[in-house]
Amino acid sequence: MSVLEGKELRIIGFLCNWCSYGGADTAGVGRFTQPTDLRIIKLPCTGRINPLFVVRAFLNGADGVLVSGCHPRDCHYTAGNFYARRRLEVLRSLLPVMGIEPARFEYTWVSASEGQRWRTVVQKFTEQIHGLGPIPAFKSGTCLEACLGTAI
Amino acid sequence: MNIGVFVCHCGSNIAGTVDTVAVAKAALAYPEVVFATDTMYACSEPGQAGIIEAVQKYELDGVVVASCTPRMHEATFRRTVERAGLNRYMFEMANIREHVSWIGKDKDANTNKAAELVHIAVEKLRRNTELTAGEFTINKRVMVIGGGVAGIQAALDCADGGLEVVLVEREPSIGGKMSKLDKTFPTVDCSSCILGPRMVDIAQNPNITLYTLSEVESVDGFVGNFDVKVRRKAAYVDWTLCTGCGECAAKCPSKKTPDRFNEFIGKTTAINIPFPQAIPKKASINAAACLMLTKGKCGACVKACPAGAIQFKQEDEIVTEQVGAVIVATGYDLFDFTQYGEYGGGRYPDVITSMQYERLLSASGPTEGHIKRPSDGKEPKDIVFIQCVGSRDKSIGRPYCSGFCCMYTAKQTILTKDHLPESQSYVFYMDIRSPGKGYDEFIRRAMEEYGARYIRGRVSAIQPKNGRYLIKGVNTLMGDQVEIEADLVVLAVGAEAAKGAPQLAEKLRISYDTYGFYMEGHPKLKPVETNTAGIYLAGSCQGPKDIPSSVAQGGAAASKVLGLFSKDKLASDPQVSSVSLQRCIGCAKCQSVCPFGAIEMTQFRGMTKASVIATVCQGCGNCTSACPQGAIQLSHFTDNQILAEVHALCPY
Ligand SMILES: Cc1cc2nc3c(=O)[nH]c(=O)nc-3n(C[C@H](O)[C@H](O)[C@H](O)COP(=O)(O)OP(=O)(O)OC[C@H]3O[C@@H](n4cnc5c(N)ncnc54)[C@H](O)[C@@H]3O)c2cc1C
Ligand code: SF4
Ligand code: SF4
Ligand code: FES
Repeated sequence: MSVLEGKELRIIGFLCNWCSYGGADTAGVGRFTQPTDLRIIKLPCTGRINPLFVVRAFLNGADGVLVSGCHPRDCHYTAGNFYARRRLEVLRSLLPVMGIEPARFEYTWVSASEGQRWRTVVQKFTEQIHGLGPIPAFKSGTCLEACLGTAI
Repeated sequence: MNIGVFVCHCGSNIAGTVDTVAVAKAALAYPEVVFATDTMYACSEPGQAGIIEAVQKYELDGVVVASCTPRMHEATFRRTVERAGLNRYMFEMANIREHVSWIGKDKDANTNKAAELVHIAVEKLRRNTELTAGEFTINKRVMVIGGGVAGIQAALDCADGGLEVVLVEREPSIGGKMSKLDKTFPTVDCSSCILGPRMVDIAQNPNITLYTLSEVESVDGFVGNFDVKVRRKAAYVDWTLCTGCGECAAKCPSKKTPDRFNEFIGKTTAINIPFPQAIPKKASINAAACLMLTKGKCGACVKACPAGAIQFKQEDEIVTEQVGAVIVATGYDLFDFTQYGEYGGGRYPDVITSMQYERLLSASGPTEGHIKRPSDGKEPKDIVFIQCVGSRDKSIGRPYCSGFCCMYTAKQTILTKDHLPESQSYVFYMDIRSPGKGYDEFIRRAMEEYGARYIRGRVSAIQPKNGRYLIKGVNTLMGDQVEIEADLVVLAVGAEAAKGAPQLAEKLRISYDTYGFYMEGHPKLKPVETNTAGIYLAGSCQGPKDIPSSVAQGGAAASKVLGLFSKDKLASDPQVSSVSLQRCIGCAKCQSVCPFGAIEMTQFRGMTKASVIATVCQGCGNCTSACPQGAIQLSHFTDNQILAEVHALCPY
């Protein structure tokens, strides 16, 4: 199945297992209604995120990408989110060079107990992406595509 | 590969807003899926039997269950597939309850989303490999941090179970808050009479090593094999020589030292033994108050000590302890009420905290159990108790209930009447919370037998008036203003996380909530576990708790450790990183980012290569993201797997 025509946009979430995935669970347990666009890919830690995953998602048609992990100093593996922050900051500054609106990408921190906050994050980000509309298609065979192919 | 997909209804929890039949049908179109069905309760006995039957009938190599969050039942289903003859890691879950049916209203959108989550689970599973857990030996010693009643119980239970225990307490004596209490609710039995013998047991148990005046400096390692560095702070007294005779304190000229144990009511000496029942019964010097250590002259204690134990040159010492598990029992601290202007902000000497009042009531306290006003030493006649000071107040960031204040306030009114039969107690309260066994009866006794007057409402101001205090408040039941004149005001200050709790949590790599209380593994099913293997919680460090609950948790944590140590070896999570020797160029980037020191650089045919110590690797995958070669891959979270998930969702 694919995106529900006209209703949803394609939003990918990379969440760490320990905090944000738990936060999304907490929101579920609290029955905090959210928009349905987001699809969550669970990772052990935000430190596992290679920024190229995000680029790959955009090139393949994601309209928005959201990364969420534990609050600074709360990472289950102590420092993963600090590494993630540095990697994702670099990514953010490069997005315009790649022709991707930076507002399509965001990273944030949500703890396992912050169900309410998770709902707000999802609502705001989904609204933001709907404001931007679908991402323009990338031409296949561009040099960006080629670079990405060799990188991972 | 043959994959089977099971889409759970969870009664109506999922099926109410997700068309589970349609999801199963969609799943059949995904690569390598040979069987897909919906099922009423996948986790139930018949549900699991259905999975096992299908594995055998359709010769499945891997299973996807679409149901609740993996935090709930991943372990359950891993066991199910294992019983069906598969490797337990040939299993993936799609979370279509917490992440779909419970949060989305639109059934079409939910169904579509659920099907896509099944798709990514299938793509991931296709790239899973069979994993076998390794084994490692465990060091069957346990460290208990915090020597309050919870930590004492945990330490004694572990020691009785035959374990070697290291108990670390930052104050000079163990006992925690309970050692400061006079009597305890709901039985009004003497606190030190029940706690004292247990403290002595700690000192006398050959299995227990006690470090007081000590704090945890750093924690390395992992379940079964922790290396904990403990800082033993200088007491300026050689405790191997000190006999606890107290001659030093009797001669110490620095007699105006703030008395921490007595909650700063009264004064003590720079060298002291905090209270008569202290364990260990050893003297220590308060460096800030000691004339020798601050001004370089005095030494009265040196002359007084018959054992020659005083050592002004003593320094902090770091000891390393190897343990296999840690129980954290660091308790709570009390809210600082001075931020409330309406209670005088700390300016009125006769507006005191409940813990100070416990010290006034205690026979071994600064007034030898006579209730006297701190200002003039007179016996009070009218006493006002104010509950919920720093509890259930969003405006100061303390929305939670401290749990035990209703009960101890009732206790204090009863004790007040026992001590001063002519006195009258008034209690301002918000609600009475007394759900324990015999607790509500106890509150009633305070009101009916001991004549405490309970006023439902808050206090808006305390004003000095002719050597007494005028307490202005409202009575919300009567809907009118009340003014009471009193000699003494006791504030039922709420509980907050122990000082330094977040810092300790970071050393232990356990989570804490917004208020600094430690997070249990699961609010219902794992009350004394944490999400870090081998680290357990007991008592009020997890949230305010009275003594019975703290003791129950101390025992529960001990039984968890005894259970853990009942095996000689532990299985390691095999979802760890490994290095491809062909690809690795020996740049050591992975080593520099690994938070656990799990990567060694080794020599292989004259070339430097990274190598992962599987038992140390915790599976965070930070190395995988750092490697410029894609040489080090975290199993079950490889680059290929994550990209396959991305492709499943973004196919263009
Ligand atoms: C005024 C008052 C009256 C009360 N009366 C009653 C009563 O009558 N009945 C009842 O059931 N309950 C009563 N309580 C509640 C009772 O105090 C608690 O239930 C009990 O003390 C909790 O025990 P604990 O071991 O969890 O914590 P604590 O007693 O707080 O012990 C924690 C210990 O850990 C130590 N510690 C803290 N941090 C560290 C660290 N980083 N490293 C090393 N050590 C550390 C502390 O020094 C302390 O010794 C009362 C509470 C108050 C405030
Ligand atoms: S996954 Fe890599 S970085 Fe993380 S603990 Fe294991 S070896 Fe270290
Ligand atoms: S980062 Fe990669 S290439 Fe460098 S040493 Fe580690 S595994 Fe080898
Ligand atoms: S585990 Fe959540 S960010 Fe590292």
